[in-house]
Amino acid sequence: MAYLELEGVAKQFGAQTVVDDFSLAVGKGEFISFLGPSGCGKTTTLQMIAGFLDPSRGAIRLEGKDLTAIHPAKRGLGIVFQSYALFPHMTASENVAFGLEMRNVPRGERTERVRAALAMVGLAGYEERHPRRMSGGQQQRVALARALVIKPSVLLLDEPLSNLDAKLREEMQIELRQIQRTIGTTTILVTHDQNEAMSLSDRIVVMSQGRIEQIGTPQETYEKPASAFVSQFLGKTNDFAATIDRTSAPARLIAGSWSAPAPAGLSGPVTISIRPERIDFGDAGLSAKIVTRIFQGNHWLFQCESECGPATVIRQNDGRSQPVEGEAVHLTWRPEDMGVRGVA
Amino acid sequence: MSASAEERNARTPWALTAPALTLFVGVLLIPLAMTVMLSFHDWGQYKGIEPVFILKNWLEIVTDPYYAEMFWRTFRIAILTTLLTALLGAPEAYILNRMGGRWKSVFLLVILGPLLISVVARTLGWALLFGGNNGLVNKLLMSAGLIRAPIPFMFTETGMVVALAHVMMPFMVLSVWAALQRLDPQIENAAMSLGAGPVTIIRRIIMPQIMPGVLSGAIIVFSLSASAFATPAIIGGRRLKVAATLAYDEFLNTLNWPLGAAVATLLLAALVLIVVGSNALIERRYAEVFR
Repeated sequence: MAYLELEGVAKQFGAQTVVDDFSLAVGKGEFISFLGPSGCGKTTTLQMIAGFLDPSRGAIRLEGKDLTAIHPAKRGLGIVFQSYALFPHMTASENVAFGLEMRNVPRGERTERVRAALAMVGLAGYEERHPRRMSGGQQQRVALARALVIKPSVLLLDEPLSNLDAKLREEMQIELRQIQRTIGTTTILVTHDQNEAMSLSDRIVVMSQGRIEQIGTPQETYEKPASAFVSQFLGKTNDFAATIDRTSAPARLIAGSWSAPAPAGLSGPVTISIRPERIDFGDAGLSAKIVTRIFQGNHWLFQCESECGPATVIRQNDGRSQPVEGEAVHLTWRPEDMGVRGVA
Repeated sequence: MSASAEERNARTPWALTAPALTLFVGVLLIPLAMTVMLSFHDWGQYKGIEPVFILKNWLEIVTDPYYAEMFWRTFRIAILTTLLTALLGAPEAYILNRMGGRWKSVFLLVILGPLLISVVARTLGWALLFGGNNGLVNKLLMSAGLIRAPIPFMFTETGMVVALAHVMMPFMVLSVWAALQRLDPQIENAAMSLGAGPVTIIRRIIMPQIMPGVLSGAIIVFSLSASAFATPAIIGGRRLKVAATLAYDEFLNTLNWPLGAAVATLLLAALVLIVVGSNALIERRYAEVFR
C-alpha cells in the first residue's frame, strides 16, 4: 500500500484551476520531486499536503488515514521553506528545539536530540548563533535540522536550495541526498531546477499548468519524455520536422537528407526529437552549418543551422579535433536515440 | 587631485547643507537657547522681566510640590496613554495585516484618516460626546435610564488618557505595522507545521518579533503625549493642568515668562533623557531582531 497517496486532488481559486486531477502514490522512504516552471501548481500541491491550503476536490491519505481532516499543526510533517522561515529571535538550537517543545519532549532528551540534529547537518558548535548571523547555507541547514528533529512522517521541501549560489547548491544536494538515505524519511521536493530534481529524486513528477505531464524515474523522464513539454523542460532537445513515407517499401522516415527505416504506426508529417549529446558529426546525414562553437571545459556546445531549422549539438571534449564555426557538417544519430511524435 | 580641489570637495557638503542648517539653527537652536537663558531671568509683577542670572525659578519648581504634582500627572497620563495605545494598537495592526486586499486598504484609511483632521477637532468630538449634561452619549444614557449622573469625563485624567490614546493611535499602529512587514510571510506556517497552536504562535513567534515596533511606537506616543497641549487644554482646561498647559499659562496668563521657560526646559530635558535612555535599552535588548 502506498504510504502517502494523493487521489484526484484539485485546487481552484475562484474560476482559476491551479491544480487539477493530481494523483500520486508515494512509497515509504521514497524521494519524490515535483518539477515544473513557476505557476505550474507544484507549490500549491505541497501546501495542500502540508495543510496550509485545503484541496477543492480529491483526497490526500497518509498510511490510509485522511490527512485533510487533520489540522496542519497535528500532521507531524517536516517542512523546509524557500525563505527558511527561521525564527530570527531564537538561536539555532532554540529554533530546532521549538518543535520538540510543542511535543512536550522532556528537557534532557530535547537537548540531546537538538544537538544530534545540528551535528547531522554539520552545524555542531553553532548552537547559540542567531539566524541573522549565519550564512544562507547555514540557515538552510538549521531549517533542515528543525524539520527533521521532530522525526516527521513526510519531509516537504519547498525550493529549499534556490537561494544558494551554484557551488553551495551542489554541495547541499549531495548532503541532502545522503541525509535522506541515512534516515529514510519519505521526502517531497518542489523545484523548478531539473538538475536538482534529477540528481536527488527516486521519481520525478513533471508538472505543467496544474496537470501532471509525467511520473517516472529521472532516467525515464529524460530518455522517454511522455510529451513535448517534458522533453523541452528536462534538458535541451532538438525538434525536427520529418515525414514518414509509406509509399516506398520498406517505409522510410525522412528528415532533410537524413533518413532511417520508419517506425511502425505513424505516417505522414511527424516531429522527431533528439538530445544534443546524442547527435554526432558524420560523413552523411542532415546537412548543417556551424553558427557558433562554445568551449565549456568538459564539452563543446555547437549551434548549427540545419536543413530542418536550428540544431544544438554537444560533443564530449575527448581530445579529437572539432569542426569550426562556418564549417559545413552532416548531423547523424542512431534511430533508437530519437523520439517520434505525430504532428497534432 | 590638487590640494585646492580637495579643499573645495571638503567644503561642498557644508555649502549644500547650509540653507537647511541655517533654518535649523535659526528656528530651533537659537530660540531653544534663548528659552533656556530666559529660565534664569528674574520676573516681578511690576518690574517685568529682568535679564539677570538667578536660580529663583528653578528653585521654585524643585521645592514647590505644586510643580511636582503637575509633572507626575503629565508622566502618569503619558504612560497610561502609551499602555492603552500599545494594548489596542498592536492587535489592531496585526489584524489589519492579516486582512485581504480591499478591506486592508479601507481599514488602513480608517486608522490613518484621523491624522488628516486637526487634534482640536478630534478632541472636541470627545467633549461633544461626554461633556457633562449636554454630552450626546451622556444625554442618551441618562434618558435611557442607564445612568443617573453624566459619566465624568471632562476635567478627569481618565478622559485625558482616553482622548490622547485616540489621537496617538495611528502612530502606534503604523509603527507595529512596519515591524509586521519585516516578518517572513511563511513564519506562522513554519511554527504551525512544528505543532504550535494559534496562541503559541502569537506569544512565542509574533510578539517577540514585533516588540521593537511596539517599543518604538511607545517612545513616539509617550513623548508626544507628555508634551501634548491641545488635548489636555480642552479636556483638562485650567482645572487639570499638565506641564505643557502650565507653561502656556505662565507665558500667556501670568505673563511670568521666566517661570514658564523653566517649566518648558525641564519638560524637554526630562523627555530627552527618558527617550534616549529607553531607546538605548531597547536597542541593546533587541539587537538580534533589529539586525
